[in-house]
Amino acid sequence: MTSSAPQDPPLADVQGGGAPGRPKVGLFVTCLVDLFRPSVGFAAVKLMEDAGCTVEVPAAQTCCGQPAFNSGDRDDTRAIAASVIRAFEGYDYVVAPSGSCAGMLKKHYVELFEDDPAMKQRAEAFSARVFELVSFLTDVLGVSSVDARFEGTATYHDSCSGLRELGIQSQPRKLLATVDGLELSEMRDSDVCCGFGGTFCVKYPDISNKIVGEKTRTIAETGADVLLAGDLGCLMNMAGKLKREGTAIEVRHVAEVLAGMTDQPAIGGGRR
Amino acid sequence: MQITSPGFKENARTALDDAPLQRALGNVRKGFIEKRAKAAAALPEFDVLRDNARDIKDHVLAHLDLYLEAYAEKVEAAGGHVHWAETAEDARRIILEICRDKSARTVTKGKSMITEEIGLNDFLEEHAVAPVETDLGEYIIQLRGEHPSHIIAPAVHVNKDQVEADFRRVHTHLDPARNLEEPTTLLSEARGVLREKYFEADIGITGANFLIAETGTSVIVTNEGNGDLTQNLPKTHVVVASIEKIVPTLDDVSQILRVLARSATGQDMSVYTTFSTGPKRDIDPDGPEDYHVVLLDNGRSAMLGSEFQDMLRCIRCGACMNHCPVYHAVGGHAYGWVYPGPMGAVLTPSLMGVDKSGHLPNASTFCGRCESVCPMRIPLPKMMRHWREREFSRNLTPATARYGLGAWAFFAKRPALYQAATRVAMAVLGRLGRSKGRFSAMPLAGGWTKYRDLPAPEGETFQAQWAKRRKAA
Repeated sequence: MTSSAPQDPPLADVQGGGAPGRPKVGLFVTCLVDLFRPSVGFAAVKLMEDAGCTVEVPAAQTCCGQPAFNSGDRDDTRAIAASVIRAFEGYDYVVAPSGSCAGMLKKHYVELFEDDPAMKQRAEAFSARVFELVSFLTDVLGVSSVDARFEGTATYHDSCSGLRELGIQSQPRKLLATVDGLELSEMRDSDVCCGFGGTFCVKYPDISNKIVGEKTRTIAETGADVLLAGDLGCLMNMAGKLKREGTAIEVRHVAEVLAGMTDQPAIGGGRR
Repeated sequence: MQITSPGFKENARTALDDAPLQRALGNVRKGFIEKRAKAAAALPEFDVLRDNARDIKDHVLAHLDLYLEAYAEKVEAAGGHVHWAETAEDARRIILEICRDKSARTVTKGKSMITEEIGLNDFLEEHAVAPVETDLGEYIIQLRGEHPSHIIAPAVHVNKDQVEADFRRVHTHLDPARNLEEPTTLLSEARGVLREKYFEADIGITGANFLIAETGTSVIVTNEGNGDLTQNLPKTHVVVASIEKIVPTLDDVSQILRVLARSATGQDMSVYTTFSTGPKRDIDPDGPEDYHVVLLDNGRSAMLGSEFQDMLRCIRCGACMNHCPVYHAVGGHAYGWVYPGPMGAVLTPSLMGVDKSGHLPNASTFCGRCESVCPMRIPLPKMMRHWREREFSRNLTPATARYGLGAWAFFAKRPALYQAATRVAMAVLGRLGRSKGRFSAMPLAGGWTKYRDLPAPEGETFQAQWAKRRKAA
């Protein structure tokens, strides 16, 4: 892994108690990675350690609170947010292998504390330190290439929150271009929603199915061997549909490929 | 019109199974999106104009009372009449009174979503006044006895062969052997039929894209010129518009016009942008002798100062629905009332009550594409979430969702308990799904597994593995 000069915010300014030049990162694992695909968490740890970070995983974390937030349950969201903020104070950066969860932490926590100035201030300080994994590597740590190998053609889906809340689009492609053996074949409408939408996919399964069906069609058109994205929710949705359709396309989180950790079966794939 | 939003799920199911509709919706997915992207990219100041447009409307909404009064004074000064309608019923009554006063039997209509909102056509017909829609799309759906499925492309759900069949069914005075293969032939036929109607009409009714306070002018944008004929040929012109259509000055209108058509159809400007100020003056060669404006509130003033005020910036370009995956899947009629797509998901609960339209703000993946293209920078997903909050606090959220959420939140707020419970659950699920890597059915997860397999967890949770790794280190 090589790094160029890091950009905003400069590492020298961090104050989380990490060794000089070795930022201390708190990994926000995300509930789906924790429960369904821990290997994505370990890939994230490897990528950040290789880039010179000290990575810790606070035990007092569960979920970012989005299911409650998007269901209109502000009280529970606020309680969850407050405990996440507490758990991650003392880190230079808070990094999540998900644009959706990172977006929740970075873009929505502050508004939960409009009526609590002290907590709002803490939320603001917290949000400023939150990043999604891949953009953290490229935009903060200045990583410009990875030391990984993957034989095959990949296509990349832009998950909505990462794309539109955090501006993640070029970063994963830039790093994927440095993976040995990997060729990227772009799908049509890679920026169109996969139909997951959190609880949406089970509240409106008929509509969700229609949307993901359009998505798997554009995925299949690329002829790719593997579908990559940066959000496990979207990946499980698309993997579930691809499997149901009986296609052989593998589905993986982009971090697995960037970290060169693709030995475990793909998402929804069985033991070989 | 009758609201069918409570049946959104059934409406959606029907729409998904409707093959001709699905064929028609393919056009929305392609044309509008590409054209808008091209138009936006070609104008370097596009995003700055969006900021300006937002600021102009925010300013108006902060002083709406003053601007409405100023506008009304200017209309009266130009010889027009202003009518204030608090409800849809008031607006219908006022318009009918004007029709009776003029002994009107036929009215031509320019395209107007507000007249859809107040259910004007049915009401006029009940009172022996014949409304004739003159916008091609509106004309088609009037022939079909339908409502618009899109706010700028009302007949976007109809395919060409269906239009041909409708024209043959209704235009019986024309040669049955005529060739209607080409879209332009259909267009000419509609034009020919409608041309007669303009001369028969006693009153022309239009909506308004903008009302200009500084001059008392109403503005419409159209692509067919039907709006101009509607408002200029009959002796009376009635403008029906909602109160948030006000902008302060001609300069302000010019700025917003630059983002309107680009966002809607990808045109730099619509073909016709028409400004009307009062009735015909002595020096004017033509125009209506009488000019009325009906200003409709219908729930909008209650949105001022609420978390839904930003919705009143909407200029009805349709970009949000053009870019919405849910709209693409089910089309506009499934939403069950006048306004579909993301803007409808926010506006319908505001105007009709969230108890009747609670599905609409819920039927969104929050993909954010609507907000990313909205020329007025309306935070649509955020406002849909606000509706979900209102529902949750009023106990309108479905019980199963509520209990599920409650159980989940109980654990999510207690990390130690959560980790102990998930460790066991994932170990079991991981073992069950180990060989296949996925489940094709799962109790309580039918919403997921009806159409998709559920990927199995790897087994041991990350937190459990990490704790072991720490201990070993």
